[in-house]
Amino acid sequence: MKNSKYKITIGLEVHAHLKTQTKLFCRCPNRTGAEPNTLICPVCTGQPGTLPVAGEESVLQAVRAALALNCKINKYSVFERKQYFYPDLPKNYQISQYKLPLAENGYIEAGGVKIKIDRVHMEEDAGKLVHRKSETLIDYNRGGAPLIEIVSAPEITSPEQASEYLKKLRQILVYSSVSDCDMEKGSMRCDANLSLNLKESSRLGVKTEVKNMNSFKAVENALSYEARRQEELLLEGKKIDQETRLWDENNNRTAGMRSKEEAHDYRYFPDPDLPPLVVQETVVEEIRKSLPELPASKIERYMGEMGIGEYDARVLCQEKEGAEFFENAYSKLEDKKKGVKKLSSWINTELKGKMNTEGMDFKNIQLDPGSLAELVNLIQSGKISGKMAKDIFEIMWNEKKCPQEIVEKRGLSQISGEDKIEGLCRRAIEENPGLAEKYLTGKEGTIGPLVGFVMKETRGQANPSMVNKKLRQILDGKK
Amino acid sequence: MSNIKTLRKSILSGRTTAVSAVEESLKKIKSESDLNCWINIYEKESLEKASEIDEKIKKGENPGKLGGIPIAIKDNMLVKGMKTTNASAMLKDYVSPYTATVVEKLSSEGAVIIGKTNMDEFAMGSSGETSAFGVTRNPVDTERSPGGSSSGSAAAVAAGHVPASLGSDTGGSIRQPAAFCGIVGMKPTYGVVSRYGISPFASSLDQAGPLAATVEDTAAILEVIAGYDRMDSTSIKREVPCYAENIEGSIEGVKIGIPSEYMQEGTETAVRERVLAAAGILEKLGAEIKEISLPLTKYAVSVYYIIAPAEASANLARLDGIKYGLSADSGKDFLSDVTASRTEGFGSEVKRRIMLGTYVLSSGYYEDYYIKAQKARTLIKNEFSEAFKIVDLIFAPTSPTTAFGLGEKTGDILKMYLSDVFTISANLAGIPALNLPVGLDSKNLPVGAQFMGNYLSEELIFRVARALEKEIKSSEKQ
Ligand SMILES: [Zn+2]
Repeated sequence: MKNSKYKITIGLEVHAHLKTQTKLFCRCPNRTGAEPNTLICPVCTGQPGTLPVAGEESVLQAVRAALALNCKINKYSVFERKQYFYPDLPKNYQISQYKLPLAENGYIEAGGVKIKIDRVHMEEDAGKLVHRKSETLIDYNRGGAPLIEIVSAPEITSPEQASEYLKKLRQILVYSSVSDCDMEKGSMRCDANLSLNLKESSRLGVKTEVKNMNSFKAVENALSYEARRQEELLLEGKKIDQETRLWDENNNRTAGMRSKEEAHDYRYFPDPDLPPLVVQETVVEEIRKSLPELPASKIERYMGEMGIGEYDARVLCQEKEGAEFFENAYSKLEDKKKGVKKLSSWINTELKGKMNTEGMDFKNIQLDPGSLAELVNLIQSGKISGKMAKDIFEIMWNEKKCPQEIVEKRGLSQISGEDKIEGLCRRAIEENPGLAEKYLTGKEGTIGPLVGFVMKETRGQANPSMVNKKLRQILDGKK
Repeated sequence: MSNIKTLRKSILSGRTTAVSAVEESLKKIKSESDLNCWINIYEKESLEKASEIDEKIKKGENPGKLGGIPIAIKDNMLVKGMKTTNASAMLKDYVSPYTATVVEKLSSEGAVIIGKTNMDEFAMGSSGETSAFGVTRNPVDTERSPGGSSSGSAAAVAAGHVPASLGSDTGGSIRQPAAFCGIVGMKPTYGVVSRYGISPFASSLDQAGPLAATVEDTAAILEVIAGYDRMDSTSIKREVPCYAENIEGSIEGVKIGIPSEYMQEGTETAVRERVLAAAGILEKLGAEIKEISLPLTKYAVSVYYIIAPAEASANLARLDGIKYGLSADSGKDFLSDVTASRTEGFGSEVKRRIMLGTYVLSSGYYEDYYIKAQKARTLIKNEFSEAFKIVDLIFAPTSPTTAFGLGEKTGDILKMYLSDVFTISANLAGIPALNLPVGLDSKNLPVGAQFMGNYLSEELIFRVARALEKEIKSSEKQ
C-alpha cells in the first residue's frame, strides 16, 4: 500500500477475558480446562427466575484495566440487554453495556503514536459450541465469564500499526494482572473495521468488519489482505459492500459472511434486573494507586535513571515478570553504574537464550535474580572472566547454586595475584625460548601463543589481560 | 378454613395438628377441583412437612411463624425438584433446579407449601383465561372470572382451600383477582420482596405478594417473605418491619385522597358507591378524606403496554427449547427449531406481547415508543410523589367493575387491557397497594378497593386497611 493513492483507516474491537475468581453475574468459578458443564448454575444457564448480580471483583478488574488504558471512569454506567438468538447464549440476550459504558476516552502509545481508545465496557461471555459428527453440544462453563471490550478510535493507519497496538494492549493488560490475553486460547479476541479513502480526502470510505483472527500475525495478514482487496475493487471503480468478512487462515483470504447471519437488530435496552453500576471516585483512586508501573514509564526510567539503551530497556520490559527479575537483580549490584549494562545484556541474551531453548519463562524459572547480580559482581570485580562466567552460569542454571559457592567449590576463581601471574609468565618464557626470542626481534605476534601457554597451564583461570601485560613487561625489560 | 392467626393458635395449643390442617386443605382442594385453581398439588410432601412441624411442636421446638399453615404459591415460583409450568405448554414438564427465595422464606418459617396454583400463562392476562391448563373459576360465581393473572391464588383462598397464598403483581395481578374474589391482596413496594426464583413477566414491574382472607394474615405473610436478597440486585436493603404486630392502631388524622379520575362513568356505579361508603367509614374513624386528581392515570395503560411487553419479550427469549422446555424439531437449522418450539409452546396472548415488545424495541421505533414510555413513566411517578405531599394514602376502586363473566372479554383485547386501568399505575410508580373487600354489588359480587401509599408505607396501609376491615366486618354482622 506504500505507493497507493489510498490511505487505510482501521478501528479495533478487542475482547479480553478478565482474571477473576468468579463469573460476572453469578458466583460460579471463572476458569478454563474443567469438564464441560461443571462450572455452571441456574443463573449462567438461563433458568427461569434467575437474576444477574454484578460481581464486585469483575467490576474492580474492569476499572483496573480501563485505568491502565488511561480511560476516564464513568461514575454511572448501565448494563443493557443485547438480544439475538444463538444456542451458545443461554438467555438469548447478552448482558453488555451500550449507551453508558464503564469507561471512555483512553489511549495507548504504539509505535510512537498515541492511539485513542473510545470506550471500555463490560459484558458477559457466551458458552461454547462443540460440533461433532451429526450433533452440536453446548458447554456453558465459559458462559457468563467476565469480558471487557476495548474499542479503539478509527485512528490506526496500517496493519502493522494494528498489530503493534494489539501487542501494546496485551502488554498493558497482562502487566496490570487483569487478563492473560492469550489469543490462541481465546482469552483475547479481536475484530477489526477497515476502510480506504483517497489520501487527499478526509471522508472515510465504506468499511468492512473482519473477524476470526486468532493471532497477532493473523490480524496483520488479514488486514493487509483486506486493504489490498478493497484497493483493487476501488481501482476497478467498484463499490465496497459494508459487510462482515471472516479471515480464512488456511487460504489466506477474507470471505464475506452470508448477509442473513449478520443482519442483526440487537434491540438493546437497559437491563431492568440490574441497577446502574456506580463506581465511586474513592474506589477509582484506590485502584489507580495500586496499578503497577506500566511499561512505558518503566522504559523511560530505565533509560534515564539507569542509563540503559532503548533497545535493552524495551526488551527488559516486555513482560512484567522479566522487568521484576531485572529490578530485583539490579538492587543487588555492587556497582550499579558500571554493572547495569552487563546485567541487562546478561538477562536479554544469556538468560533469555537459555529460557528459549528450555521452553521456560520468567514465571517458572528457578534462577534467583540475586545470583545473577552476584555473577555480574564477580565479573565486574575481575574475579572471574567472561568465559568463566558462562560456565558458572550453566552450573547455576542446572544446580541452582549461587555463583560464589560454585567458584569456591571448583576452585574456579580467576588468578589475578600480581606475584602469581609474574611467576607463571616467567615460566612460560623459560619453557618457550623460541617464542620469546622472536618477540624480542620485533615479532610481537608471538605474545599470543605465550598467553595461551599460561592459560592452558592454569586451565583458564589466569586473568588473560594481566598475563598479556606482564609478559610484555618482562620481555620488554629484556630488550 | 380458618385464618392464619386462629389456625396457628390451634396448632400450637394442640387442639389440632399441622397434619390435620393439611389434610383438611387437601380434602377441600379435591372436592372442589372444578374450580381448576391448582396446577400441581404436593400431597405427599406437604403431609411430610406437616408431620415434621407436629414433631417440633411435640418436642417443644419453635415451628416458625407459619408453622403448619398450608399455603399456596403461584406456578411461576420455583420449588426445587418440582414442576414450574407458568401455566404454559412451553414449560409443562419443566422441573425446577432451585427454589425461589420467597418459597425458602416461607418454608423456613414452617409454612407448608400445598401446591402450585393456576394462573394466566406467564402471568399475562387479567382473567385467568390464558392458562394452558384451562380457565380458573371464581368461587363466588363459577360462571365468572376470578381475575388474573394470579387467578388460582385468589380463588384458592376465596374458596377456603388454604388460608393464604402468594401471587405476583405486574399490573394488578394480585389486587384485581383479590377484588374479584373478595379477599385481601397486597403488592408491596418494588424491591421489598425478592424476585429471585419467580419467572419474570416484566422485571421492573413484577412484585410478589400475599393474598389472604384478612389484612392481618396478609401482613403476617409479607413479614415472612419480605427482605433484602443478595440474589436480587433490585431488592431493598432494609430491616423488615413487624407488619402484623403493628397492625392495630388509630387512624385519626390520616389524610386519604380519593382520585376523581377513578370515580367517573367508566367505573360501575355499585363500585363507586361501595368505595364512597368505605370512605365514609374511614372518615368516621378519624381519617381526613380529600378529593385529589391524578390526571396522568389515563396514560398508564398505554405506557404499561409498551414497557411490560418490551421487558417480557427479552425475558421470554430464553425459552427456546434448546436447554429445557418444549422442544420442537423443525428438521432444519437452529433458528427454525427455536421458531417451531415457540410457535407450539406459547399461547396467543403471550405471542401477542412478545411481538409487541419486540416491535417497540426495534431500531427505528425504540425512541418513539420505549424511550417515550419511560419518560411518561417518570411523569406518573412524579405525579404520585406530588400527591403524597398532600395525602398519606390514596383510596380508590381496584377495578372499574366487579368480576366479569368467563369469555366476556376474551374477544376484545382492548377491553381486557383496560380492566387493569386502576392497578397499573402503582406498578409503574413502584409504590405499595393493597386490595380490601368493601362490600357487594347488586349481584352479590365482591367490590374491591385499594389503598396506595408512598414507597415503603406498607405499615400505614396495613393499619388503615385493618381499621376499615374491622368496621366493615362488624357492620356486616349487625
Ligand atoms: Zn453460574
